Amino acid sequence: MAAKKSIKKVVEEDSNNSRRDFIKKSGLFTALAFTPPSLVMASDKKWDEKIAEYLETVPLSLEVNGVKHNLNIEPRTTLLDLLREQLLLTGTKKGCDHGQCGACTVHVNGTRILSCLSLASMQQNAQVTTIEGLSKGKKLHPMQEAFIKNDGFQCGYCTPGQIMSGIACIKEGHANSRDEIREYMSGNICRCGAYHNIVDAITEVKEGGMPL
Amino acid sequence: MKNFQIIRALSSKSAVSSIAKENSAMFIAGGTNLVDLMKKNVVSPDKLIDINGVDLKKIEFLTGKVSIGALAKNSQVAEDQLIKESYPLLALALAAGASQQIRHMATVGGNMLQRTRCSYFYNPDMPCNKRVPKSGCGAIGGANRMHAIFGASDSCIAVHPSDMCIALAALDATVFTEGPKGKREIRFTDFHRLPGNTPEKDNTLLDKEIITSIEIPNNNFTKNIHYLKVRDRSSYAFALISVAAGLDIKDNTIQDARLAMGGVAHKPWRLTEAEEFLKGKTVSEKTFRQAADLAMKGARSYGDNDFKLTLGPNAITEALTIAASK
Repeated sequence: MAAKKSIKKVVEEDSNNSRRDFIKKSGLFTALAFTPPSLVMASDKKWDEKIAEYLETVPLSLEVNGVKHNLNIEPRTTLLDLLREQLLLTGTKKGCDHGQCGACTVHVNGTRILSCLSLASMQQNAQVTTIEGLSKGKKLHPMQEAFIKNDGFQCGYCTPGQIMSGIACIKEGHANSRDEIREYMSGNICRCGAYHNIVDAITEVKEGGMPL
Repeated sequence: MKNFQIIRALSSKSAVSSIAKENSAMFIAGGTNLVDLMKKNVVSPDKLIDINGVDLKKIEFLTGKVSIGALAKNSQVAEDQLIKESYPLLALALAAGASQQIRHMATVGGNMLQRTRCSYFYNPDMPCNKRVPKSGCGAIGGANRMHAIFGASDSCIAVHPSDMCIALAALDATVFTEGPKGKREIRFTDFHRLPGNTPEKDNTLLDKEIITSIEIPNNNFTKNIHYLKVRDRSSYAFALISVAAGLDIKDNTIQDARLAMGGVAHKPWRLTEAEEFLKGKTVSEKTFRQAADLAMKGARSYGDNDFKLTLGPNAITEALTIAASK
């Protein structure tokens, strides 16, 4: 109740402002009305500080595909959402968002991980490589070439994750047989069922011995 | 996910002193379980203390034992050459868990603290005594195919989900912790607990305490060992039932045996009676079957998981047979 009173008071004081300003502010007040009462009621006069604390951001420096970024992010931002929503690198896909499908696989400091279960705020000074960072100009990465040649996908949604995982699978030394590839690629689900051709593509790159 | 504050701790002491001042703070290491739980609103801490900067990642081979830091990654331990040679049961169990991406992220301490995958625990719209004490158990009389057959209570029939912990229970590991009241060591088999009337407590870690390392004593379970994991697909799925089996065989006679099961209880389920039975016996499938039947004494199922009463002894027999044949 206290919060409502103070909002009404502020609106009255600003009654001479333009209609656009009013709409902007009333939008904020609507948002305020939906914030938890404990937060707003905590202190009538200090609500702006409380909101600032609630929406607190943290600084983050990291390198994505060789490009340095200095950002301010909410602590709850996942690496996946940072890549897709803030850096607009939408090649990395959000499949399940719960670590069950592998579509969000990227490399952090050379290791394949799930970006959906990684908090961006824990990636200070990390070097991230996404599917966008693989090709050299117009020349595709050997794994990308192999996926096309071996028809390693149908709808393509899991493909960025499969390719990032496939490269790591070889680098880790876990691509010595079809069975081993299947086991170490089991974290990447393909709903179209292109598994056979994915294993073909990884086998070809491994046997080709090309630099990854 | 509700927003939160995050700070970084650079020593276990500063991590413990940081959390001591907080009411709603949690440690985060690999985050593979915690971030998921936060996305589902199962837990909503106001503050996270990132402990990845703490120097607890080493695997040290000491006289008579190995010490593994709580922040060692699951893949780091699973692929360590000396671990594979001296503690192969642990390496096998680790490699059977999750996917390589998750093993690269997940830590040994975090693996021990992961929560059950009971679907009622993960759904805040459902009753769950583990998530909200005294709200009821959805799994009793509900969908309970994955659930416990040993040591459950009227409050909770959830199972502990780790593979790594099943091997550590079998290998007589010890857990080292640090907290506001100092350092402690806990026998691995006493670390996780049965649900009783307080299923919200998965383990005996005290409030604001942190795991710093585990130790495994040297043993003779380096050759005749097996980790059998039965699941709905051949990789990247939680166990319906798993068995960690270790045999020390000389001249076809079993000198010593270790057996523990996963997917059957609220904690790694060590089968000491079956182990004792096996000691001194000659290797034979009939002996293994008798040990399995002994191990299943007291098992109780809840409907959807009735199959575990048959799968359990079959899995124990199979794991021992494979271990003996190596």
